[in-house]
Amino acid sequence: MNPEPPKAWNEAGARANAAYQQKRHVSINPITRLEGHGKIDVFLDQNGDVERAYFQVPELRGFEVFSLGRPAEDMPQITSRICGVCPTAHHMASTKALDDLYKVEPTSAGRKIRELVYNTFMLEDHALHVFVLGGPDFIVGPQAPAAERNIVGVIGKVGLEAGKKVISTRRRLRELISYFGGKVIHPVLGLPGGVSKALKAGDLAKFKQLAKDGVEFAEWTLAVLKQIVLGNSDYVKLITSDAYTHKTCYMGQVDEKNRVNFYDGKVRVVDCNGKEICKFTAQQYRDYVAEHVEPWSYMKFTFLKPRGWKGFEEGPDTSIYSVAPLARLNAADGMATPKAQAAYEEYFKTLGGKPVHFTLANHYARVVEMIQAAERIEELINDPEITSPDVRRVPTATPTEGMGIVEAPRGTLFHHYKTDERGLITMANMIVATANNAARIAMSVDRAAKGLIKNGNVTDGLLNMVEMAFRAYDPCLGCATHALPGQMPLIARIYDYKRELVQEIRQG
Amino acid sequence: MPKPKVAFYWCASCGGCEETVVDLAEDILGVVEVVDIVLWPVAMDFKYKDIEAMPDKSIVATLLNGAIRSTEQEEMARLMRRKSQFLIAYGACAVSGGIPGMANQFPREQILKFNYEDCPTIANEKKVRPQTSFTEEGRETTLPQLHNVVRSLDQVVDVDYYVPGCPPTPKLTKLAVTALLEGKLPPKGSVIAPDIALCNECPRKETKPNDISFVEFKRPHQLLMDDKCFLAQGVVCMGPATRSGCEAACTTGGMPCTGCFGGTSRVHDQGMKIMSSLAANVAAKDEAGIAKTLAGIPDPIGTFYRYGLAKSTLRRKVNLPKEA
Repeated sequence: MNPEPPKAWNEAGARANAAYQQKRHVSINPITRLEGHGKIDVFLDQNGDVERAYFQVPELRGFEVFSLGRPAEDMPQITSRICGVCPTAHHMASTKALDDLYKVEPTSAGRKIRELVYNTFMLEDHALHVFVLGGPDFIVGPQAPAAERNIVGVIGKVGLEAGKKVISTRRRLRELISYFGGKVIHPVLGLPGGVSKALKAGDLAKFKQLAKDGVEFAEWTLAVLKQIVLGNSDYVKLITSDAYTHKTCYMGQVDEKNRVNFYDGKVRVVDCNGKEICKFTAQQYRDYVAEHVEPWSYMKFTFLKPRGWKGFEEGPDTSIYSVAPLARLNAADGMATPKAQAAYEEYFKTLGGKPVHFTLANHYARVVEMIQAAERIEELINDPEITSPDVRRVPTATPTEGMGIVEAPRGTLFHHYKTDERGLITMANMIVATANNAARIAMSVDRAAKGLIKNGNVTDGLLNMVEMAFRAYDPCLGCATHALPGQMPLIARIYDYKRELVQEIRQG
Repeated sequence: MPKPKVAFYWCASCGGCEETVVDLAEDILGVVEVVDIVLWPVAMDFKYKDIEAMPDKSIVATLLNGAIRSTEQEEMARLMRRKSQFLIAYGACAVSGGIPGMANQFPREQILKFNYEDCPTIANEKKVRPQTSFTEEGRETTLPQLHNVVRSLDQVVDVDYYVPGCPPTPKLTKLAVTALLEGKLPPKGSVIAPDIALCNECPRKETKPNDISFVEFKRPHQLLMDDKCFLAQGVVCMGPATRSGCEAACTTGGMPCTGCFGGTSRVHDQGMKIMSSLAANVAAKDEAGIAKTLAGIPDPIGTFYRYGLAKSTLRRKVNLPKEA
C-alpha cells in the first residue's frame, strides 16, 4: 500500500486541528499566557450565568521524590524550603516525624524550646496575616481602593505609633526564632530527640520582656478587631453572608482535654453540626485522610477516608473538611489558656454559636489564636526548665518509619517518612495545610463566581470578591505551589457557552 | 527627578526571599521612599502588559528570585532582562538552582507517578493524572507542562550581579540596593557578599584544627555536639568551601553550614572543593578503610550540592528523558 495518502491525510488533519485550537484560544499565546500561581477558568451557560468555575493550581515541585536517598536528619531543613512563609511549620512537623522515626522522646527542656519557638512562630505569622496580608481588607475596609488595602493603609487607620508597634513586635518575635534556629527563614534547630541549641540564662531577661509585650500585643490586636470590624454592622453582614458560608467538617489538633494545641496532641474532626467524627494520632493518619485527584489541577484534594470522596458537596454527610483557625476553634472544646478561652467564648457568642461556618470568620479566629500563642510563650519563658542545657537526647533505635503532625498557621500539616536502616529516605509523603482546604477553597471560588456573574455581566469586582474568600483561608500556595498568600497572583478567564474566551482578568 | 524604578520578581521559589525583603522591617519604609517599585507580585498589583509596554532598560534594577523551571518563568526572565539595566540573581535558587535543583536527579515521570499513583494517602483507582488539556462537557481546562530540568537564572539570561543565600540576609539586600542607587557598582558578575570562606566569620573559628585527620564522619543526630568547630567533631560542615555573609547563622544555631551561599570566587565547583578537602584528610589509606570512613556521608549529592546542583559541573542526571 502506498503510505503517502494516509500521511498527507494525517498532516492535513493536524493542521486543521492546530488552526481550530488557535481560533479558540485567540488571546492566549505562549508569551502572554502567564499562569501565575493560581488560575480560575469560568464557564458560562446560554443565559450568561455560571455553569462551572474551576480553581486550578498549575505547579508541582516534587519534594517527596527529590527527598529520596537523603539522610532523614536533613529533612527538617530540606522540607522547610517547601515554603518560606511557614518554614517553621514544616521544620517542626519534620522534626517530630524524626522523633517517631528514631523512637526517641525529646528531653523535657528540648520539647519546651520547640514549643516556645513554635508558639512564637504562630504569633508572628498570624500577626503578618492580620496586619499585612488578609486583614487590611477589613481594617482599611473592603471597599477601599486596592492601593490602600495594605500595611501602609493599616498604619493610616490605626496610627503611626501603633503601626510601628506591629512592625517592631514582629521583628522581636522573629529574633527569638533566630536565636534558637540560627535564622528565622529556614531555621535549623530541629533534630530527633530535641533541639540543637539551649537558652543561656543571661539571655532570658529580654525574652521575658518580649513575652509580656507579646500578650499585650495580642490583646491590643483583639481590641482593634472588635472596634473596627465587629463594631461595623456592614462588616458583620459581609462575614455572615451566604456567599462565604460552607457547611463542611472541621479538623484541628487538640490536647487531652480537647483544647486547641498547635504543637502536639491528637487530630480531632467534627461534622458540620459540631459532633466528633474521629480523633487520631499521627501514626493513624492514613486511616482517616485520603487524597482525590482531578485532571484539571496539580493540587490534590484531601477528604475523610472513612466517608469516601463524594464530590464538591457540603452538608451533614460531606467528606470534605476544612483546616486553619476557623476549623481549629470548631474542632476543639476550648482554648488552653485563660485569656484565649475568654476570647473563644465571646467569639462563638458574637457569631451565633458553634460551629461557625463563615469562611471570613477565619480572621477573627486567627486573633483568638494569637492570644493563646502569646500566653503560651509567657508560660514557657517563665518555666525554670527553659534554661536547662539538657536539650537533646541521642537516638539509639534503628529507624524504619515515622510520622509527625503540627498545626501550621494555615492548618494541619502531615509529614511521613520511611527509611532504610541507615536512616536514608525511601519514601516521603507530605500533606500540606492548604491541600486540606483545597476542596473547600474550590467550592468558595465556584460560589463566589456564581454569586457575582449573572446574565453574562462580568465585573472587575469578581477577583476582589473571590480573592477575599481566598485570603480568609490564608492559603499558602507557597506550600501547594510557590506563591505567598496575600496579593495572590491570580488569573481568571471567562468562557461563554460556545466555550470561547470572552474576558481575562489578572492580578498579582 | 523621577525616582529610579526597581522590580522584584519570583520564579520557582518558596517565598522566603520575599520574606527577607519584608524583614527589612523598619528599613523597608526608607527603601519605598527613594525608589519606585514597578513590579512586586507579592505586595502589589501587577500588570504584565504594563511591564511589556515600558521602554527597554527603563527599570534600573530587577531582583529576581527562584529557579527557572517552566517556559513561563523563562519568558518572564527574558522580559525582565530586556526591561532592566541590571538584572540581579537574588537568593540561592536564582544563583545556582537551590534546593529545587536537587530534582535534577529525578525524571518528571517519577514525580507524577508518586504523587498521583503511589503515595500512601492516594485514592485514585482510575489513575487520573492532571492533564495539560482536559475537556469536561465541552469545557476545556489547561495546565502548563512540568519540566525535567531546573536551571539557574544565568543559564537562561545574562545576569549582572548575584546576591547569594537561602535566603539572603536583609543586611546584604540593603547593601546591594544601596550600591545600585548610589552607583557604586562592583565589576559585572560580582557576588554581593564577602569573598572569603564562612570559617572567617564563624564563632567556632578558634577551634578549627590546622591539621585534621578523619577517622570517621558523624551525622548531626548521632552525637551531642559542643561549641567547637564541627569538623573537629567529625561532622561535615560546608564552611571551608562556602562564602561568608550569613553571619554564621546556622553554626550560631548549633548546626553545621550546609553551603547555601555557594563558593568564593576562587572556587570553581563548591561540591568538588569540599569533597577534595575532606577526602584528602581521611586517615585510612586502604580502600576498605576509606569506604568505611566515607559511609558516614551517605548522600554526597545532597550534602555537597544541596543548593548548587543545577549550576554545578554535574548539573543533572545524564539520562533524564528529553523535554516533552
